[in-house]
Amino acid sequence: MTVAGFIPIDNIMEKKARPVSRPPDQAHAHDIREELFELEAKGELIVHRVPEPYVEVETKFGRKKKIPIEHTWHHKSCGQCGHIPGYTASIFWLHRQFGLDYTDPSDQTSCTGWNYYASGTSNSVAQMAVMGRNFAAAYQEGYYPLIHCGTSFGHYKEVREQLVHHADLRAQTRRVLEKLGKPLVVPEEIVHYSEWVHVMRHRIAERQVVDMSNLTACVHPACHYHKIVVEDAIYDPEIYGGQRTATVTGLLQALGMNVADYSTWFDCCGFGFRHVLVQRDFTRSFAVLRKIEVMKNEIDPDITVTHDTGCVTTLDKSQFAAKAHERNVGVPVLSDAQVAALAMGAHPFRVVQLHWHSTDWRPLMEKLGIDWERYWEEFQEDLEAIKRGETIMTWDKADPVAIAA
Amino acid sequence: MLQWTLGKATGSYPDVPYEEKERLFLEVKEDPRYEDFLYGCYECGICVSACPSARFYDYSPRVIAQAMAREDVDRFYEILVEDIWNCAQCFSCVRCPRQNNPGGLVTLIREVAVRNGIQETRDVLQGYTRVIYKVMLKGNQVSPDMLQPDFFPDWGPWVQSFRGNMNIWRQAIPVDTLRGVTDAAWETDENTLRELYTIWFETGNIDIIEEVDEGLYELLVDVMEEELEEWE
Repeated sequence: MTVAGFIPIDNIMEKKARPVSRPPDQAHAHDIREELFELEAKGELIVHRVPEPYVEVETKFGRKKKIPIEHTWHHKSCGQCGHIPGYTASIFWLHRQFGLDYTDPSDQTSCTGWNYYASGTSNSVAQMAVMGRNFAAAYQEGYYPLIHCGTSFGHYKEVREQLVHHADLRAQTRRVLEKLGKPLVVPEEIVHYSEWVHVMRHRIAERQVVDMSNLTACVHPACHYHKIVVEDAIYDPEIYGGQRTATVTGLLQALGMNVADYSTWFDCCGFGFRHVLVQRDFTRSFAVLRKIEVMKNEIDPDITVTHDTGCVTTLDKSQFAAKAHERNVGVPVLSDAQVAALAMGAHPFRVVQLHWHSTDWRPLMEKLGIDWERYWEEFQEDLEAIKRGETIMTWDKADPVAIAA
Repeated sequence: MLQWTLGKATGSYPDVPYEEKERLFLEVKEDPRYEDFLYGCYECGICVSACPSARFYDYSPRVIAQAMAREDVDRFYEILVEDIWNCAQCFSCVRCPRQNNPGGLVTLIREVAVRNGIQETRDVLQGYTRVIYKVMLKGNQVSPDMLQPDFFPDWGPWVQSFRGNMNIWRQAIPVDTLRGVTDAAWETDENTLRELYTIWFETGNIDIIEEVDEGLYELLVDVMEEELEEWE
């Protein structure tokens, strides 16, 4: 029924559903690459070019972004490697399944951004020098940086903006790097691993052995992925009509999952950097009351999937105390990389390392038809053999597809 | 917990001369990034609507932008002493239609608070210094051995289970740089860490730590200087 003076709701919904896309030449945000190339022409820095093969994807305001497929230098995440190692292992496992060339460097520090956002106990030149040291190491090794952490990704992009726009900070950073015998190198694109997963999603789906079509998922887009230097995040007119970032959701849809929307999708997870370590009353409250419980009440998903270190930790680990208070919680939380690895048949414990996750993941495994008890027994045998000094866990053991189609 | 012992809860802030507050304010303004982060304020509240901390604390990114834009030095000092530590640094506030970055302003104010050794800042960071120790020496913020039941009781029995299995679980990771490493997130080359220590010294970052915790500063300097001497 149409009421005079009001637009029928169906018309509004139809218009909202129309995909939004912009050609790159109409993108209103500046193109940082042009400024980098100008600085390179003046001899101020080296721009590390994206190696071929790469895929070009659309970003928020239309600029095309190059995502390298291989020859990547994996800038690991301290939170992933320290507390969710199956996250890191899954990213590498995916590369290995496709036979892609990559390197896992030990000549790498974290971005140190977590501490900077938590405590302010650093300064801009130190942050630029840490970034410059890591990027120079990648350049000198001949591999292109692929950033595992959402905060490292966002932080480096912000630092890159500041480096480009402030000649004095740039000069100070260059002087520090000269003391290390390193050039000032900035990559042509700063690339998050979830962007690599996004462009690989159809290849991942081609190799899918675990049917995920009976799953309903909620996606938490990581703040430091899409809220810092916003114009650089991947948007796709075919996903959410181009109205929010396409990473993670694109993968889950390609794997056949039902991705369900919930009202607080834009909210952060409650991580808070310092809060999650020493003031978790805030972190727990926000993670439960604004994220997990909202998902449960509105959707009751089988899984929450996200693409950053802090989000997986916060959303997963905050649920125990909430359960004690009889809140409506109990959603397993995994990263997109872990979901992709499971879909392709990765071992749930040797690769995905589910035992590092706190919220009960067993119902999820059972719904997927994965006999987790069998894999857990295998893993326990691995542990016993390691204890006896008979073996170590290597890729030779972890590489094979464990789950049959 | 400290939040409730500070100004807003007690209604009192340290008696600091206006000139000192103004000096600190100007130190924030002098940061080359300041003008990138503040253009004014429409007072629309869009930043507040997106802010997680505004839901749980007496905190507002709009107040930060307004106080800075109006150069309200007294309110700025309250922000420096207390408000900045409520910010979650998620940068949801950069939805600002005036293109402000209140979260970025918080970062700058935190730096000034730390650099000047503000007592309330030292208090807030007291329980956090083990993370500073880790990041300065290991180049990682967190490591498996930091997951201790005493520090993470709210994570439930998983933490107990983890502590009992940490060493063997770390052995059972196929990633070469992670396998068996418990005191850092991954195995980092000695020279890489020495380069990191050089960065801390050359950029004055180590001096910042002295303002937060003298004991920690002395410990870090001892370890890093010894490493750098060996390197030379």
